[in-house]
Amino acid sequence: MNPAPSVIIFTVLSGLGFGMLFWLGLGQAETGGMIGFWLFAMAFILSGGGLLASTFHLGNPQRFWRAFSQWQTSWLSREAILAVAALGLMGLFGLRQVFFAQDWVWLGRAGAGLSLLTVLATAMIYAQLKTVPRWNQPGTVVLFILLALAGGALITAQAGLAAGLFGLAGLAQLWVWYRGGQRFAEAGSTLASATGLGGRGQLRLFEPPHTGRNYLLDEMVYRIGRKHALRLRVIALLGMSILPAAIMLASGAGLLAGGAGLLAAGLAGAVHLIGVFAARWLFFAEAEHVVGLYYGRHS
Amino acid sequence: MTQLPPASDKKLGLVIDLDICVGCHACVISCKGWNTENYGAPLSDMDAYGENPVGSFLNRVHSFEIEPEDGPAQNVHFPKSCLHCETAPCVTVCPTGASYKRAEDGIVLVNEEACIGCGLCAWACPYGAREMDQAEGVMKKCTLCVDRIYNENLAAEDQIPACVRSCPTGARHFGDFGDPNSAVSQLVAEREAVDLMPEQGTKPVNKYLLPRIKDRWLDQPEAGDVLPVVAEEPEGFLKWLDKALEKL
Repeated sequence: MNPAPSVIIFTVLSGLGFGMLFWLGLGQAETGGMIGFWLFAMAFILSGGGLLASTFHLGNPQRFWRAFSQWQTSWLSREAILAVAALGLMGLFGLRQVFFAQDWVWLGRAGAGLSLLTVLATAMIYAQLKTVPRWNQPGTVVLFILLALAGGALITAQAGLAAGLFGLAGLAQLWVWYRGGQRFAEAGSTLASATGLGGRGQLRLFEPPHTGRNYLLDEMVYRIGRKHALRLRVIALLGMSILPAAIMLASGAGLLAGGAGLLAAGLAGAVHLIGVFAARWLFFAEAEHVVGLYYGRHS
Repeated sequence: MTQLPPASDKKLGLVIDLDICVGCHACVISCKGWNTENYGAPLSDMDAYGENPVGSFLNRVHSFEIEPEDGPAQNVHFPKSCLHCETAPCVTVCPTGASYKRAEDGIVLVNEEACIGCGLCAWACPYGAREMDQAEGVMKKCTLCVDRIYNENLAAEDQIPACVRSCPTGARHFGDFGDPNSAVSQLVAEREAVDLMPEQGTKPVNKYLLPRIKDRWLDQPEAGDVLPVVAEEPEGFLKWLDKALEKL
C-alpha cells in the first residue's frame, strides 16, 4: 500500500495525542496551572493536528462533515464521531481543570474512554480489510492501542508505566510482523482464485491491461523501499520500544534526577517518535493488497 | 446509506465468456467513451500526451497465460470490471453514504455529490474495480450503464451496457441473475460459471465462463506424409488447364 505522508503523520500524531488525553482524563498527570495547560495544549495539537493532516489525502475535503453519518457500518465514520466526541469532552474537562482547578472525575473518565476508542477505531479501519491480509489481524489493533498508551504515558511523566508499555508495544510489534508474514497465504487468495483459472497448469500474467501506471498500482501495489525493510524494522523496534524503555527505566529508577531526567524524557520521546514513524511507514509499504495478483504480484 | 439493502429479487450483472474474448479492448474503449460523456464526472486522463500518462478506467482487460504440463500454452484475455457483489465490502466501509447498493436491482453506485474521495472503498475492493478520478477527487466505478439500461430514449438494442453492446465476439452477456430462467442464469448453470476470489466472501454477481481446454500436442508426423499425394494426374478443370498451359 502507498505510504502517503498525510496518513502516516495522522495515525502517528493523533495516536500519541489521544494516548495523552487518555492519561490526562484519568487524572494520571499534574494538570493544574501552566503544566496542565501545556499538557492539554500539546495533546490537542497532536490529536487535532493529526486529524487535520488526515483531510489532506481526501479528494473533496470540504465535504468532511458527511463522514459523521455512517457509524452503523463504517469504522472511518465511527473514528470521526469518536474523535470529535473525545476532543469535546476532554476540552471541557481540560478547561475546568486548568482554569478553574475543578475536577469532574466522570467527565475525565468518559473522555479517556472515548480517546482510547478513537485509537481503536483508527486501527480497525486497517484491521477490518480482508483485502490486505497483513493488516487483517487482531494484533494490529493491540499494537495501535499500546503505542498510544506508551507515548501518552511518557509525555504525562509516568516513567515506570511508560517503560513497561514501551516493552509491551515492542513485543506486540514483533508478533504483528511475525503473523503479518503468514497472513497472505492464510487468506488464500492466489492468481488462480483471482481468475478462476486454477488447476490447468502454470498460470502467469502475460500482458497487463496497459503499459503505464494507474491509480490501483500507485495506491495499492507499492513496491519501493522494501529492500531496506529489515534495516527499517530494526530501527523501528529500537526507536519505538527498546531505547525509550531503557531510558525510562533508568529515569524511573532515579538514576536521572531533575534536569537530566527531563532531558532524558525528551530524548526518549524523540527516539520513540522516530521509531513509530519508521514502523508506520513499513506498516503501509510492506502491506500487500490482493489486487496485486491481477498485476502479476505476490505469486 | 452504506448499510447493504436486503437481498433484491433482481440481480443485474454480467457474464463474461473467457472462451470467446479475443482481448480487443473494444469494451474498455466503449466504456471509457460512454462514461466520459454521461453519468457523473468524466473519466479524466492526466498528462494524456506527456511522458507519464494515467487515467481512470472502469473496465480493463488483463491477459494471462496458462502453461499446461502436457500441452501448448494457452492465452486467456480477462476483462475485469465491478462485479456488483451481494455483500459488497466497498459499500459498508464508506463513511459518508456515498457508496451504495441499489435495493431494486443490486447495482453498486457512487453518489459523487457525497463522496469525499478518501479512497477506503477502493482499498476494500479485492478486484481493483474502483479508481479515484484524479481531476474530480471522487471515486469512479462501473455503473452497469444504469443510464443506458433504463433509458427509453435509446433503441431497444442499445439498452444494455456499453461494453456488452460493443463486444464484437459476444463474449459479454448482460441480464438478471435473480431470475433462474434468464439467459445469463442459464449460461451460468450450463457452463458452471465461477466467482472471482470466492475466499474474500464478497459473493460477486458477475460470473466468468472458463475457457475450454484447447490445443494438445499431436503425435509428431513422419517426414513426407504430412500432405499425402492424392492424385498423380490432374482431373477435370485442372487437367484442361494443365494441357492448355503446355500448349502455350
